[in-house]
Amino acid sequence: MSDATGTPRHRELGLTDSEYALIVEKLGREPNAVELAMFSLLWSEHCAYKHSRKLLRRLPTEGPRVVMGPGENAGAVDVGSGYAVAFKVESHNHPSAVEPFQGAATGVGGILRDVFAIGARPIAVLDSLRFGELDSVRSRHLLDGAVRGIGHYGNSIGVPTVGGEVYFEEPYEHNCLVNAMCIGFAKTEVMVRAAAAGVGNAVVLMGATTGRDGIGGASVLASAELGEGDDAKRPTVQVGDPFEESKVLECCLELLAKGLLVSLQDLGAAGLTSSAGEMASAGGVGIDIDVAEVPLREADMEPFEIMVSESQERMLAVVEPSKVDEVRAICDKWQTGSARIGVVTGSGHIRILKAGEVVGDMPVEALVDGCPLYDLAPAAPAAWIYGNRATLPADADSATTLMALLAAPSIASKKWIFQQYDSIVGSRTVRRPETADAAVLQLPESGNAIAVSIDGNGRKVACEPFNGTVEAVLECAQNLACVGAEPLGLTNCLNFGNPEKPVPAWQLDRAISGLAAACEELGVPVVGGNVSLYNEGPDGPIYPTPVVGMVGELPDPARTAPLSFIKEGDAIGLLGPFAPTLHGSELAKQRGELEAGLPEPKVAAVAEACGTVREAVRAGRVASAHDVSDGGLACALAECAIGAGLGCRADLQELRERGCTPEEALFGEGPGGFVLSGDRTELEALGARVIGEVGGTTIELAAGDRSLVIGLLDATEAWRSLDARAESVAEPPADA
Amino acid sequence: MIWGVLQFPGSCDERDALNACEVVGDEARLIWHEDRTLGGGVDGVVVPGGFSYGDYLRAGAIARFSPAMEAVAKLAAAGGPVLGICNGFQVLCEAGLLPGALLRNQELRFVCKQADLLQVDGPKTPDIEHFSAHQHRLSIPIKHGEGRYYAPEEMLDELEAKGQVAYRYADGHNVNGSVRDIAGVRNERGNVVGLMPHPEHAVDPLTGSTDGRKVFEALERFAS
Repeated sequence: MSDATGTPRHRELGLTDSEYALIVEKLGREPNAVELAMFSLLWSEHCAYKHSRKLLRRLPTEGPRVVMGPGENAGAVDVGSGYAVAFKVESHNHPSAVEPFQGAATGVGGILRDVFAIGARPIAVLDSLRFGELDSVRSRHLLDGAVRGIGHYGNSIGVPTVGGEVYFEEPYEHNCLVNAMCIGFAKTEVMVRAAAAGVGNAVVLMGATTGRDGIGGASVLASAELGEGDDAKRPTVQVGDPFEESKVLECCLELLAKGLLVSLQDLGAAGLTSSAGEMASAGGVGIDIDVAEVPLREADMEPFEIMVSESQERMLAVVEPSKVDEVRAICDKWQTGSARIGVVTGSGHIRILKAGEVVGDMPVEALVDGCPLYDLAPAAPAAWIYGNRATLPADADSATTLMALLAAPSIASKKWIFQQYDSIVGSRTVRRPETADAAVLQLPESGNAIAVSIDGNGRKVACEPFNGTVEAVLECAQNLACVGAEPLGLTNCLNFGNPEKPVPAWQLDRAISGLAAACEELGVPVVGGNVSLYNEGPDGPIYPTPVVGMVGELPDPARTAPLSFIKEGDAIGLLGPFAPTLHGSELAKQRGELEAGLPEPKVAAVAEACGTVREAVRAGRVASAHDVSDGGLACALAECAIGAGLGCRADLQELRERGCTPEEALFGEGPGGFVLSGDRTELEALGARVIGEVGGTTIELAAGDRSLVIGLLDATEAWRSLDARAESVAEPPADA
Repeated sequence: MIWGVLQFPGSCDERDALNACEVVGDEARLIWHEDRTLGGGVDGVVVPGGFSYGDYLRAGAIARFSPAMEAVAKLAAAGGPVLGICNGFQVLCEAGLLPGALLRNQELRFVCKQADLLQVDGPKTPDIEHFSAHQHRLSIPIKHGEGRYYAPEEMLDELEAKGQVAYRYADGHNVNGSVRDIAGVRNERGNVVGLMPHPEHAVDPLTGSTDGRKVFEALERFAS
């Protein structure tokens, strides 16, 4: 098949000539239009992971607490008393770059469905966002839209947004990142897998009707083959309806609690094609789907459009025939749609019918698992491939520097963002945003609590992908330690550039190795993940951004430390193998001095420090705990002081003794540092070096010839400055 | 006291309200929106927060027509305690059980934060004679996008004269632009109360404050 210009249809749909030849070989004939559309989607990077699957095999995925691992809709870990916590992070980058409100909203909707598809009630959302610099009109437009979209969906559906992180960096200017993570909670016995089973069982589509929204690559097919020029111009971004999802969510949880479903799968990218294909593949069965039975928004939809539509808020279930009526009655109760659209077969084929007539017939093995997997051709760049833009003079004094760092959008308080999210619905939120290093959610049902953190500083990964990714994992582990939590499992979203180019391929390869090494050494299994490639702007790839989400357990939600100092006169301790440098730091960025290279983290030593802090927090031996992160020790101390409304004095001589320059001691970054406050003898008994004391109305830091004093109110004003700057939202840029 | 908590499609805070009612009362149960009665033994009702019917058309505009709301109106007419929280407040206003309306926040953004409220006592009437003359300061979270209380000036004067302003935002805490800092109102009898802040999210010291219990306790005296 080819269009009027002679370009073969398969190439327009993103398949290579050799991939097309392989499809013909596997089918023993040329695919028809329906089949080609379905193959092109399931053999896409998004569905087939064809450039990343081989690398992902390096990740450790097993552990004693793992209930569900990679391959299911979400991973899950055991939290005791017969309960499990499910979690997953997913990207919605490109839709958000086109239309930030709906892109971000449907990103949240999609990750919620992944979690309740396994029978877990969503109890929290976190988000990880990346935009260009805040002084860009486009960035503020994208930020505003994405934040409104996340809030719109999460707030309306009654799932709290309890945490997240945001960075503003030039390489994300044209390709923002919107990653959303959902946490679910379930009785382990009601959880369900996605594998279809039981020849003769019914396939039931639940939720919203199916429309032409979100027909991605296939819209090209529509315009050329079918002459529906107008329809081809329809937006390819899906539109979310949180009200519909709320009903589908409650409906699915009731169906699972009553044991009425054999299996359940959400409809995400590639719609019915991928959900039916993956269910059949996982169960080793076939599925017949009659598109004439699918409830439509528009009567004249073609079979291929029905099969690839990405209309939101839909779920696919396998149901024993005798239970179909009861299932449909419960869907009616929740005022959501249901239709019996197909049947599980023993054929090993996906067959598409239209009112009984076969319009597509493909072996499941070829469709779902037949896509060739590629090896990358990685090559390290000779030097720093990203730009440098100096915004802070190299000779700025220490006080000026600290103020500039506190006001940096990536460091400053994100109150403007999280205040737009309902962070408390569900009555589990023990630590609200910015009161502790990790979100803490109580689980009265199992008598304990979990802590969640999400992190991934792309700038550091750009400096050195292996070490930068290790740092992202350690950052999460340190955040959990500060609230007394022990890691149970990890999920990730790998946001990278074009894997067919040598440098992004090298970044991806090294980052996955770093992720594997860090998880292996910490003993934290990777229970799921998502890969988003081809994130590039006109100037090249984004910063390689592996976003890591980690879930930990703590026995007593009443025993978690805040990050802020608590009282005047408390001693301030520095604990851990912290050896700061300016490599990849916020200060290096502001000075325009970024370059390749990042020191190798000492994972075992950091893990040991995490254990010390975790036990100290659980035992109530410290008043506060905060890990040293962006902006170095000076910013960490300032954050502890600002949150408390109490000043502090500290002498950073300890770091000088570790070989740091005064500047590195103040503003250098690196893993392994904890700022603790409390009783001096307790801190010393923990092995912390006491470096100062809480109190006063200034932040006074002694660091040789770079010593500084700033007023607490001035520091607070700088740290709170994002509110006003983010609010100055202008019209979207003309080309957005 | 036995509390019933309504559940509409799109309700979000019904489990939180149920939990809060169990903390402050003896028992609590969910009431499905299609039920025409509240069920035996229910003394008081909470119309909970959330986005009933997706807030489509107008917040609370569809939920007010649900069969369960007829039962709530009967309970209210009989003097039983009815508490509308956030979306529930909007529903009670739409149903005409409380005066005024809730408009979009002045800043046109959803806002979630802890806020200080002043619990305002009404004038002494036979039904509310136990109220003291004090104003209590309560710390209770707010979270809404359409929480700007509005009523015409003459109506506001009348509400104030009759002691129907039940809760005000403390100085500096009126983030939605409500007229006269009004966070919640009551009917003339005092047994129907609606407020935008979320007392059901302020009953557990671990998740914030326990001041929300006072909002439930203030209404429990109407249970007969």
